[in-house]
Amino acid sequence: MIELAVTVNGRRYREQVAPRLLLSDFLRHTLGLTGTHVGCEHGVCGACTVLLDGVAVRSCLLLAVQTDGAELRTVESLAQGELNPLQRAFHEHHALQCGFCTPGILMAATDLLAHNPSPTREEVADMLSGHLCRCTGYEPIVQAILDAAGAT
Amino acid sequence: MKPAPFLYLRPATVAEAIAALQEHGDEAKVLAGGQSLVPLLNMRFARPAVLVDVNRVGGLDRLGEVNKVVRVGALVRQATFGSSSLVRERVPLAAECIPFIGHYVTRNRGTVGGSIAHADARAELPLALTAAGGRVVIHSPGGGFRAVPAETFFVTHFTTILEPTELVAETTWPAAAPGSGFAFEELAQRTGDYALGMAACALRVQDGKAAATRIAVGAVSDRPLLLPEVGALVDGEAIGAGLAREAGTAAAAAVDPADTLHASAAYQRHLTGLLVERALLRAWENATATAPS
Repeated sequence: MIELAVTVNGRRYREQVAPRLLLSDFLRHTLGLTGTHVGCEHGVCGACTVLLDGVAVRSCLLLAVQTDGAELRTVESLAQGELNPLQRAFHEHHALQCGFCTPGILMAATDLLAHNPSPTREEVADMLSGHLCRCTGYEPIVQAILDAAGAT
Repeated sequence: MKPAPFLYLRPATVAEAIAALQEHGDEAKVLAGGQSLVPLLNMRFARPAVLVDVNRVGGLDRLGEVNKVVRVGALVRQATFGSSSLVRERVPLAAECIPFIGHYVTRNRGTVGGSIAHADARAELPLALTAAGGRVVIHSPGGGFRAVPAETFFVTHFTTILEPTELVAETTWPAAAPGSGFAFEELAQRTGDYALGMAACALRVQDGKAAATRIAVGAVSDRPLLLPEVGALVDGEAIGAGLAREAGTAAAAAVDPADTLHASAAYQRHLTGLLVERALLRAWENATATAPS
């Protein structure tokens, strides 16, 4: 076991973890932050995407121990009492149905808009190529992200 | 879908990393961005006894130009590499291939050196480095370095000339000069999928003719394949549609892909020819646009 100290959504944690524990499982099982979803566990579906020091990463492709000293943000950090503008845009555009892919897409879109506040439709579509949604079709998701970009 | 147990080592210096590799040899695997390795661990296709995590090794993430060569530390993330204005201006071939690598989020974590060391025959960076005439600089035990041209670094699928005790330090990419032109072409079934075919081209225009043309193709052989005979076909000529078509036909004849689930060998050969034709034409256009008059 290795000691791991991380800040997740502004709260500090110190835990003993096995080196082979994936960050996705650390967030869900050790910390109980089940907003981060686990789909494929090989980096294809995008459901487990979180922010590591402000940059979107696949939490299933990181070992928890690798994040020692880092600041993590998960989907639970977005709504502060009420939905944030990005979440509100998803709600308004019906950009989610079952919600399985949504946390990962929200975190990747948070990264995209932080680095590129006015993305083109093509840039949004390119980012979404790394996120599998089987319910809504991607069109409302593209619309929601473009709308949120305009609103923020 | 969870990794088998392993010993986790997190060296802070190159010397510590090499020492760990020397101690554990074939049992150890280097972990950089992990965007290829961790899926292999999760699926237990790879079960190394020791993981040497080099993400905190100092000095491996430098990016800069020295003497008309762009030097890219092994740990430079693919997203950083692709969005760097230095890379966009000085190594346009590398910048062009970045959007084809994985996805937006995996490029945030995946490293340039990791992709090179992993040596997937369908990966973009090994092909771009080969076409660009770049080198791989390797840390060897005892504090030594060696620099190896890309076309001899890659051996076959997932295999390079790296010894188990060596570490990729950086890749070096010749900087673009006025009158040089580049193009990277790829076709995949969906954005982010593995390529069905890839072609990369680097050339120079000299007195209105192509010179030093390097054409390499990927995904249709066991490693990036430089095609000097196709480059020689166009050198000394002004490149037009007919000559580009001829070069594409020669490239198609030079590869010998196997049938796959997604594409027959004949389709892959045809595609390779088409991508070479397009890459040549576009590299020529880029070169003539920047050529000193």
